[in-house]
Amino acid sequence: MTIEAIQEELIDEFSMFDDWMQRYEYMIDLGKSLPLIDEKLKTDDKLIKGCQSKVWLNSEMKNDKIIFTADSDAIITKGIIAVLVRVFSNQEPQAILDADTDFIDEIGLKEHLSPTRANGLVSMIKQMKMYALAYQTQANS
Amino acid sequence: MSFDIHNIRKDFPILSRKVNGYPLVYLDNAATSQKPQQVIDAIVDYYSNYNANIHRGVHSLSQEATDAYEAARHKIQNHFNAKTACEIIFTAGTTQGINLVANGFASLLNKGDEIIVSALEHHSNIVPWQMLCEKTGAVLRVIPMNEEGTLLMDEYYNLLSDKTKLVFVNHISNALGTINPIEEIIEKAHSVGAAVLIDGAQSCSHIKPNLQELNVDFYVTSAHKMCGPTGVGILYMKEEWGNKLPPYQGGGEMIAEVSFEKTTYAGLPHKFEAGTPNICGGIAFGVAIDYLNAIGFDAIEAHENELLTYATNKLLEIEGLRIYGTGQKTSVISFNIEDLHPYDIGTIVDKLGIAVRTGHHCAQPIMEFYKIPGTVRASFAFYNTLEEVDALVEAVKKAKMMLS
Ligand SMILES: Cc1ncc(COP(=O)(O)O)c(C=O)c1O
Repeated sequence: MTIEAIQEELIDEFSMFDDWMQRYEYMIDLGKSLPLIDEKLKTDDKLIKGCQSKVWLNSEMKNDKIIFTADSDAIITKGIIAVLVRVFSNQEPQAILDADTDFIDEIGLKEHLSPTRANGLVSMIKQMKMYALAYQTQANS
Repeated sequence: MSFDIHNIRKDFPILSRKVNGYPLVYLDNAATSQKPQQVIDAIVDYYSNYNANIHRGVHSLSQEATDAYEAARHKIQNHFNAKTACEIIFTAGTTQGINLVANGFASLLNKGDEIIVSALEHHSNIVPWQMLCEKTGAVLRVIPMNEEGTLLMDEYYNLLSDKTKLVFVNHISNALGTINPIEEIIEKAHSVGAAVLIDGAQSCSHIKPNLQELNVDFYVTSAHKMCGPTGVGILYMKEEWGNKLPPYQGGGEMIAEVSFEKTTYAGLPHKFEAGTPNICGGIAFGVAIDYLNAIGFDAIEAHENELLTYATNKLLEIEGLRIYGTGQKTSVISFNIEDLHPYDIGTIVDKLGIAVRTGHHCAQPIMEFYKIPGTVRASFAFYNTLEEVDALVEAVKKAKMMLS
């Protein structure tokens, strides 16, 4: 599925809820269903800076696509990263670099987009795009 | 004046706003206090009617501004019971006051001298002392604490020696709310000839200190913690110290005479007040102090203690909730629920209009002590109500339900 199609799907799913509490509960569930990351990968160099909670993000290349795995010690943060993993994992680097993130607003998580917000959603997206850029550069050289 | 919470709340315009569709419940008073209309009006009045630079102009406006600024200094002197107004130095806040003292001690310390701080400090306030130690070869010693979040005074006595030159302790810890026994700390430090700097940032809104009676050498605080504006605070220093310490920054206001060969410094307090100060802030600080005194610190303390007891009992009814800091303390409750992340709890209660602080509260050593990533901290002020405590407790219960 393309990034855009996944984003549409998420917007659809979140549109079923009419208040923030249901949206958060759904996000928390998404966090709980995030595939467990190998404990060995939860090292300090995989931590994303700028979050009040800890977020580990790992990436690897498989068949020209980036596979992201992640974890967090906070449940809401884990839900947020689960949403991002669903959107950006198993995609080609260029597609990740080209993708916009307007869907975050549309699924009602806009308040997490502020760059000064302590959960670091913006840092997570940035880190995913950085990995994409790194793999892209590697492939082209 | 009797304590009428409903009238008091009317003085604070921000308390009637909504956040995320719910009435704001502001429980982050340890970070900064809200401002009453009286203080807001004073700021508007200053810029609308008599804004001018001070101590410089012969013109009437400058005179009016100077008079108001110096009158504020006198109010602050009276409030904290300093001996003279010149012992009150206006600063940008607690942090700057601490740095001013640390900087001043650079020329007074020798290699091997010792500085004592407590394990309960705001971590940014440990940095100026670490810098001072690097510069001078002095050694930093730390008073440890116990599980209750109370300082171990026996350990403190053991640390004291004729090498001790300075002791730095906060009156109240911002992370846990612990009230430190500063009378005892000051007295013992003096018995070995050490000076004492007390950080009053957290205590000034709860306790009115009597600086002469405390016999403390230095005391710092910030106006914004006591209903005044941000960016202004005071450093109290005993006059004898004011003469001993070198100036902190060079600039206008702090000089008596300047030539290219030599500059003679102005006397206290101007020696330490280089450049145009936060004039409006100083004046508004005075108004904030008047405001708090009109309510009365006894009434403030009684109400805050009622909130603390009520909130502690209610929160402890929630299964798995643990409070950090259980000794002698003010109206601050730092807590966690089982292994839920404080950030998660803070996020959910914020959605319900409740402002609490989450994280390490600039006190990472304390969090390391308890081996936790942080806490949720609710800190109450005199304008908070029992109903707001109920709202907090309900919100925390809801958060627990959603997150577990
Ligand atoms: C105990 C303590 N000291 C110092 C400070 C720093 O004060 P300011 O940021 O106003 O300089 C704070 C503020 O949180 C504090 O709680």
